[in-house]
Amino acid sequence: MTSDKPKILIYGYGNPGRQDDGLGVMLAEELEKWSLENGLTHIHVDSNYQLNLEDAAEIANYNVVIFADASKEDIPHFSFEPLTPSEKVEFTMHAVSPAFILHLCRQVFNCEPEAYLLHIRGHEWEFMDSITDFARDNLNGACEYVKKFILDHSKPIVRNTCSN
Amino acid sequence: MGQKITIEPVTRVEGHGKVTIHLNNEGIIEQTRLHIVEFRGFERFAQGRPYWEMPVLVQRLCGICPVSHHLAAAKAMDVIVGAGTGEGLTPTGEKMRRLMHYGQIFQSHALHFFHLASPDLLFGIDSDPLKRNIINVAIKHRDLAVQGVMMRKYGQEVIKATAGKKIHGTGAIPGGINKHLTEDERDFLLHGDDYMNIDKMIAWAQDAVDFFKEFHKKNKAAIDDFAEFPSSYLSLVRKDGALDLYHGVLRAVDTEGKKILHDIDYQEYYRYINEEVKSWSYMKFPYLKEIGKKAGWYSVGPLARMNTVDFIDTPMAQKEFELFKQYNGGKPSNKPMHSHWARLIEILHSAEKIQQLLNDPDLMEGELVTRGTKQFEGVGLIEAPRGTLFHHFKIGENDMITMANLIVSTTHNNQPMNEAVNQVAVRVMTGKKEITEGMMNAVEVAIRAYDPCLSCATHALGQMPLEFEVYDADNNLIERKLKN
Repeated sequence: MTSDKPKILIYGYGNPGRQDDGLGVMLAEELEKWSLENGLTHIHVDSNYQLNLEDAAEIANYNVVIFADASKEDIPHFSFEPLTPSEKVEFTMHAVSPAFILHLCRQVFNCEPEAYLLHIRGHEWEFMDSITDFARDNLNGACEYVKKFILDHSKPIVRNTCSN
Repeated sequence: MGQKITIEPVTRVEGHGKVTIHLNNEGIIEQTRLHIVEFRGFERFAQGRPYWEMPVLVQRLCGICPVSHHLAAAKAMDVIVGAGTGEGLTPTGEKMRRLMHYGQIFQSHALHFFHLASPDLLFGIDSDPLKRNIINVAIKHRDLAVQGVMMRKYGQEVIKATAGKKIHGTGAIPGGINKHLTEDERDFLLHGDDYMNIDKMIAWAQDAVDFFKEFHKKNKAAIDDFAEFPSSYLSLVRKDGALDLYHGVLRAVDTEGKKILHDIDYQEYYRYINEEVKSWSYMKFPYLKEIGKKAGWYSVGPLARMNTVDFIDTPMAQKEFELFKQYNGGKPSNKPMHSHWARLIEILHSAEKIQQLLNDPDLMEGELVTRGTKQFEGVGLIEAPRGTLFHHFKIGENDMITMANLIVSTTHNNQPMNEAVNQVAVRVMTGKKEITEGMMNAVEVAIRAYDPCLSCATHALGQMPLEFEVYDADNNLIERKLKN
């Protein structure tokens, strides 16, 4: 048990070389900059092209994990929801869901951080580095929402830590 | 009434595969095809970009094996900058790249075995699909699941130390590498705590080989008889015939082990290999020109490599290679499920290679880059986890790319996957009135043995369900099953 500020991980995934597919990674980069500027040392950032098995070991070190991904679904700007573990697997290893990673963390490391899934609406997926203007608006909105969420969840409270 | 069964995995953007199985009125399979919609737009996208961007740019192609594309493109650019055709780099440049590559092979093979293969092996193809996954492996065999996760993590750490970062790594540059290994990085990878050290990785890699051999001993028929078919095999080999995943000459052998491509310089691959286009698939069908379109196809990947090479230059993997060859009577193995065995031998080899390299002082000091007289065309080949990866570029006077041709492992394996799917479909579906979960998974298992990469460059557009559709002779949909 700990009464320190909770360790929070923001994990953005996607391919920044495929236009709006990089929204999750860009959110992670922006929030890393913000946390450094504001001395928020309990906030950590990671990113990758996609999630994979080893991320179960990574999230086991945190109290709160926010997975950030781009979405092609017809959502208004972004969505932010608590994440429930799931053992559903895909046809190949090319796509591992955050819910699966959470479930694997529970089974392999006997712990389960409080987890959330942020989906940011994307629009174009070509071989380009820059995101679309629509996606930029969605990213800005999502960043502000997550910043507020993090500050609300940064009060020192007694909570279980996975790493213990 | 004739039937057409469609099995269709759908990815998010451009890549997807579909299996169609045509039955006649008696339920006999008449034709089986694996269709893969492969994105080819990257080659055109590369045109007009400066050549030095390629090693980073090509990583957009795939989120699973960006390191393979990174290194293959860098090898092609080595030729362009006059640094030779794979043997002209400085010791530091070549060894850092090799370390990166073995890290990639190690983590990719570990993922395939623990995440995809072990549930099928441990619980059986016909077992409850909801329980046939690594979560259930974690419940029933926790140690095995921990190994899978930590081996992946170790491989990623090797990549991070050599490529610089997880996304769009920059380690390999035309003519060499952009950094040395630091003392801290070396010590962490050699002697890290909490499983994260090379001794533990080698021990676990050996355990994984032993696990497979033990399973094989008890389940010979399930492994040996599954989708067996004759094939030729192609891979890079070192000039002395050793397994070399980073550089060498191109060799192909037929189903009996006779050489049909004689250790050629891959800079001239196009003189020996051609690609056929078929109307029903977007993915091309490569073949050896000398043998022809019909019989010139071949397999690539871990099994192909075990079938083409003469020996392995690390002791533990060599011992396992000898057992593998002995079991197969010194001939190539034509058993797709032996791919798992081959993959595990390569995990062990990669771990041994990583250990050798980490103890090599050249990684920590020495010249990083070689340059020479600029060339206007270069080919880079590498043995990626799934098989031989070709990158071929031409540049103009202004240093911009004028031509790019990429042949990925899954393309080489196009015909072999079709053969494997056909073998399985004939065996499990002939005369059956209903498609069962077990039948669908048997087809999946045959495809998965090749670990195909169905254009995975983006991930934001959903998942990859497997769709089965049955049509009658008049093309009316009469049954549909969807697997998520």
